[in-house]
Amino acid sequence: MKLKTALLGAACAFAFAPAAMAERGADGNVKVLYSQAVSIMNAYLSSGTKDVEVGSLVLEPLAGFDEVGTIFPRLVTEIPTLENGGISEDQTSVTWKLKEGILWSDGTPFTADDVVFTAAYCMDPAGGCAQLAKYEGVKTVEAVDPLTVKVTFTGPKPNPLVAFVGAESPIIQKAQFANCLGAAAPTCTDANFKPHGTGPFYVTDFKVNDSVELAANPNYRDPAKPNFATLSVKGGGDAASAARAVMETGEFDYAWNTQINPELQAQMQSGGKGQFVTGFGTLVERIEMNMTDPSPDLPEGERSTAMHPHPILSDVNVRKALSMAIDRSLLVEVGYGASGRPSCNLVPAPAIYASPNTDCMTQDMDGAKALLDAAGWVVGADGVRERDGKRFKLVYQTSVNPVRQDFQALIKGWWNELGVEVELKTVDAGVFFGGDPGSPDTFQKFYADVEMYANNFPGTDPEPYIVAYTCDKAPRPETQWQGENINRYCDPVFDELAAQLIQTKGEAERAAIVIRMNEMLTKDTYTIVPLVDRGRLSAHSNTLGGVVLNVWDSEMGNVENWFRVK
Amino acid sequence: MTDAAPQAVKLAKPRSQWADVWVQFKSHKGALVGLFVFLSLALFVSVGPLVWTKDPTFINPDAVTMIKTRNKPPSWEFPLGTDQLGRDMLARMMKGGQTSIAVGLTAMVISITLGTFIGVMAGYFKRLDNVLMRLTDLFLALPLLPLLLVMAMLFRAPLSKAFGPEGGTFLLIVVAIGLTSWMQAARVVRGEVLALKEREFVLAARSIGTPSRRMILRHVLPNVMSPIMVAATLGIANAIITESALSFLGLGFPPDFPTWGRLLFDGAEYIQQYPERVIWPGVAISLTVLSVNYIGDGLRDALDPRIRGR
Repeated sequence: MKLKTALLGAACAFAFAPAAMAERGADGNVKVLYSQAVSIMNAYLSSGTKDVEVGSLVLEPLAGFDEVGTIFPRLVTEIPTLENGGISEDQTSVTWKLKEGILWSDGTPFTADDVVFTAAYCMDPAGGCAQLAKYEGVKTVEAVDPLTVKVTFTGPKPNPLVAFVGAESPIIQKAQFANCLGAAAPTCTDANFKPHGTGPFYVTDFKVNDSVELAANPNYRDPAKPNFATLSVKGGGDAASAARAVMETGEFDYAWNTQINPELQAQMQSGGKGQFVTGFGTLVERIEMNMTDPSPDLPEGERSTAMHPHPILSDVNVRKALSMAIDRSLLVEVGYGASGRPSCNLVPAPAIYASPNTDCMTQDMDGAKALLDAAGWVVGADGVRERDGKRFKLVYQTSVNPVRQDFQALIKGWWNELGVEVELKTVDAGVFFGGDPGSPDTFQKFYADVEMYANNFPGTDPEPYIVAYTCDKAPRPETQWQGENINRYCDPVFDELAAQLIQTKGEAERAAIVIRMNEMLTKDTYTIVPLVDRGRLSAHSNTLGGVVLNVWDSEMGNVENWFRVK
Repeated sequence: MTDAAPQAVKLAKPRSQWADVWVQFKSHKGALVGLFVFLSLALFVSVGPLVWTKDPTFINPDAVTMIKTRNKPPSWEFPLGTDQLGRDMLARMMKGGQTSIAVGLTAMVISITLGTFIGVMAGYFKRLDNVLMRLTDLFLALPLLPLLLVMAMLFRAPLSKAFGPEGGTFLLIVVAIGLTSWMQAARVVRGEVLALKEREFVLAARSIGTPSRRMILRHVLPNVMSPIMVAATLGIANAIITESALSFLGLGFPPDFPTWGRLLFDGAEYIQQYPERVIWPGVAISLTVLSVNYIGDGLRDALDPRIRGR
């Protein structure tokens, strides 16, 4: 019976599928709205997500990630592994086998030379390649034969599948970009705006910071795809107006990044014209605890550095109490709705790297108060805790953003209940994340006791993200206040684990180390207090089918499968 | 035949200038209404919190209750409804109004004092004219927002340390707005002073040896009162709006410190679902600005002896 049902289902799927995907270009035009306008199609000259994603309609990498973060081949026959010999035994080289018969949109064949050229283009010392990190540790890229590319690294690389993988490092055509190496790269406007690609579409008209018109690539490798003959990308507006254009007025079929408040989500959804799609990646909204003293009484250059430990937050029980007082599910309900979920982890995904840690999920106000009492912080006359004449007062900063200000108000309320005096501070996002070493208000300088923001890591490998919490990565005057270890966390055991992680090969062993490191930062020390795992929220109209929200790669990664629901 | 007893001449009580001004002011209906509205608003924000004692920043610590009291429409418990965190809008409007009106008035006083001083100096003393007017041009050419950004960055920390986060920000904002909005007043006043200087009564006063200080205070200033009044009323409106913009950029008051401008920006996100959240602060700002404008209009008429009594 079960088999019969399954067979019937399969038969149905086959019967209906061709109707939707009959031939290339059968479904006419599809309109996509990016609330940030596209300024260039070449991902190597822009790190903006919007540019990378719209560029991925035309330019493709050798391999991409699917919606669960698994790597899959695009322009190659298979993913190189240790088993199939694609990755050398000592992990110092990778060999890619290109698919045969792939053509560029101008009709010329795609070869290993294009891949070699792409690496040379980005790694040119005179050019400012935005995706240089993708090519870190690459020594040479050579064409063994027209369909084989060998990438050699300067040393063993535990995760060698970084270059040419994902929308950030697509392959560009050698013939078109040959004169655009190094300093000449930005001057090749025609190539940068209308690149020849192997992807499902090619650019027919490009208006900088406004709109892009694309048409189906006549030489695309799958003769039946894409289903749409033309695709228009329009830029501008904000998240709310983008969502409205899809969900209420129906002017567009797809809107990118429609992060709006939960109530508005529900209201728009009830209109019945479209739906929101959510995908959870690695973006975690968190509170960072400053382990050093940010007091303005300290001289400049010593403030917020390892020279002076924090007078209050150095005690782990205090940090734990502050975390216990927070009701994360309420934060999600107020701020994100469907596009968020409570998290206790710094690394919430991919699944094998995520710790099962859920100890922070329930709010425990009494437990938190008891912890503070035990730590010697007693409630004073005005309701604020004191110890040895020192008041428990925190400065809590974040960037200007309506959701973050709501979070600040809520968390301040809970902390006040604990007997903690909280001063709120907001900084313009441009300044806060600007990284200017001269400004006292950047998140790296951290001239506050606690701060809140969100961060994630690109791709599926958490290594660079988690090893950033070693002692030497703390922002300080000597590093021009640059560095990712915002908390100035410093533990030799952690540093040792980080060194071990860099040398470990097997995925399971690596995952075990990452989980351990994640727990050291979160539930063991409460250096980082994760709040909400934030998903990506986009909207598509009910007449657009085949949309799969992919947070590991470009959202447009499966655009060739989109179709018109009839 | 009879000695007529000298008739006691009944002299009318001498009328004071300010009584005259009041009589004239009273005849301006708009100004009267404006005065009434402005005083009501002032009472609302100053006496209101003594009557309506809810805490404007109170969020119910019980999550379930808090969720239930979010985004409430007006009711007896919450006459103006609640915001997205269940805070009472009426209390927030009162608290916000205190700050907004105080910022508006103080910044206006600073900018008008500065503008009048520079305008009179430039108009009256020929030697200073060029220097001061070029300074005015310089300030007019300065982009306001980057300047405020720099000021906030340089002075915020020391000021909050000296006066507390709220007092420090208040001082920073009123001084910043005052220092960047005096130029129009200065230009208008200078023009008026230049014209006045050529009038006969000034010449007469000078011929009897009136010193400059007395000339300015006695003859010039009273006669440029009307443009100053108009500039002042416009200044209040401007200051309230600039404060809103600064709050929005994160340079204003701390986020848990409501002002009308902040309430407006907070509500803007919910304008479709809960339009009243934008309407309350919007109406309050508009009423303040409008009433102050009418008061200014009435005052100008009342202060101008050529109009008064007609």
